Amino acid sequence: MFNRTPIAPLEYTRKLWMRSWVGLTMLFLYAPLIILMIFSFNDSKRNVVWKGFTLKYYEKALNNDSLVEALVNSLTIAALATIVSLVIGALAAVALWRFRFPFKGLVEGTMSLPIIVPEICLGVAFLIFFAKVDWPTDLAWPLNLSAITIAHITFCFPFVAMVVRARLASFNKEEEEAAKDLGATEWQAFRDVLLPHIRPALVAGALLAFTLSLDDFVITFFTSGPDTITFPVKVYSMVRFSVTPEVNAASTILILLTVILTFIALKLQGVKGIAETH
Amino acid sequence: MTQAKQPIIQIRNVSKRFGKVTAVDNISLDILAGEFFVLLGPSGCGKTTLLRMIAGFEMPTEGQIFIDGQDMSLVPPNKRPVNMVFQSYAVFPHMNVTDNVGYGLRIAGVSKGEIRDRVAEALELVKLGGFEDRMPDQMSGGQRQRVALARSLVMRPKVLLLDEPLSALDAKLRAQMQFELADLQDKVGITFVTVTHDQDEALSMASRVAVINKGEVAQLAPPADLYEYPANRFVADFVGSVNIFEGKLTLDEPDKAAVDCPGLGKIYLNHGVTGPHGADVWVALRPEKIYLHVPGEGKAVRAAAQDAPDGHNLARGTIKGMSYLGDITLYEIQLDGGQMIRVSRPNLSRHDQEDFTWDDKVSMHWRADSPVVLLS
Repeated sequence: MFNRTPIAPLEYTRKLWMRSWVGLTMLFLYAPLIILMIFSFNDSKRNVVWKGFTLKYYEKALNNDSLVEALVNSLTIAALATIVSLVIGALAAVALWRFRFPFKGLVEGTMSLPIIVPEICLGVAFLIFFAKVDWPTDLAWPLNLSAITIAHITFCFPFVAMVVRARLASFNKEEEEAAKDLGATEWQAFRDVLLPHIRPALVAGALLAFTLSLDDFVITFFTSGPDTITFPVKVYSMVRFSVTPEVNAASTILILLTVILTFIALKLQGVKGIAETH
Repeated sequence: MTQAKQPIIQIRNVSKRFGKVTAVDNISLDILAGEFFVLLGPSGCGKTTLLRMIAGFEMPTEGQIFIDGQDMSLVPPNKRPVNMVFQSYAVFPHMNVTDNVGYGLRIAGVSKGEIRDRVAEALELVKLGGFEDRMPDQMSGGQRQRVALARSLVMRPKVLLLDEPLSALDAKLRAQMQFELADLQDKVGITFVTVTHDQDEALSMASRVAVINKGEVAQLAPPADLYEYPANRFVADFVGSVNIFEGKLTLDEPDKAAVDCPGLGKIYLNHGVTGPHGADVWVALRPEKIYLHVPGEGKAVRAAAQDAPDGHNLARGTIKGMSYLGDITLYEIQLDGGQMIRVSRPNLSRHDQEDFTWDDKVSMHWRADSPVVLLS
């Protein structure tokens, strides 16, 4: 602490008010999550007062067949929805970026509609839609998840398209022309030049889609059949009886899972990918 | 290059319209094998559109382009025997130098060993040996341009197209690259077609220049002809600096001609101009071809030269502005008739720029072979 250099005007990171503001923001963001995690180890049914450390609720949660089933369902739906959204979203973004066609503005507008429309309306719309077309509900796993998956794709792919579109804006079209000039076909130019450019956006879009799908409650609630419970819906039904540490334990597992997935995705993207984003 | 020059690119009545805008208007020209051809023009004149039509990135609205005798109308860019160096260089940012340069060969399915050899050879050619593993973001603009050059040259195209190749470089580097490009072209013997708006670039590198104005060819000539014998006012004004005066043709014979310019005086030329007698014409006079004198002296020098009748090719005026540029000094002189004229004077010795200053009365003269008479 001796010989401290005085704080220069632009050294915001060393200013007390800046540091405390950041600290408060962090606290606001993460305190609820941390409390949830801590109380998953609480040896008490009531889950309000700390009674001692235990892992029994993790054991209980993992032995709760319907909870595990719901978790598997959620992960399956999220994975499927992410893959399909990624393909549709990326292609839509490229098409909108590349071509001029009649009613382009209209197409762009309607595409982002699922982002704007309140979830509850979408949920009701899906409920009516699937009832009207008489969508089968008694199929074997994982086909019984098809209705939810379709609904999830609908609200996920516009996010992917949006992220990819933004990334495409910084693409130098001459690079693609250069590839073609050097003999590449349309597909080769896409694969070798455009795809590497939008890769960071694809990773970001996939993360968005996956997390959106994983924690969606409202739309899922309206589209799930009697035998197709997802994790958020299951947690909701458990909470209706009582907030046991079992719910905390299950939630902690889910948080860990998403953190790990995000970490892997960012690793996949690599330092190079992040450098390219600038 | 002593070989018989065959046209490698034939442009036949090519027009390109974008909606109501005509970018290229019925251009026909031949580009010869092995030459360094430059399309010169102001921005928006259609020169880049023409280049992109040769590369295949734009389709002509009318007309045809032949490369090596083959009609290119239905040939996509990736099947054309030409390669392009883009204005932004368009170096692939996620590939290192080796992968960038070898890209075209990989697409073409060339064997790994041959790719390695040809990439090394191309990098040697553009003086980038030792940069094999560099990523584009670790290189300067000039180095990235060399990568783009190598990437195209490695394909051994029949024609190399360059879109404003030097515009993004700083002045010193640009001058150096002008020489290097000309040298490179001489070495590889590939036809170069360059687009530029910079007349210095065109004059220094080209074997022939097509000056493009509003989608049309204003003049097609070797650089020296373009400068010394401009075909019209646009070329005279666009290529280099020039003084232009309106006048009437009063004499026009095979070995001499005279123009009466109200603004400048009587002009005498030692060659004919084959224009209609009494026609309205324009006289173009380059600033460096005008000699400056202390008043009175000009007449004596003029008389000693005896290349024009008395009273011709002389003018008087007052210096209104001057800019010292080191190698030359540029004077803005108001003629006694009121019009302005620009005169440049080389600083042959250290104190030459001190000979004249603001508000000095001066007289001027020029040789009988200096003025150019323009009919349009």
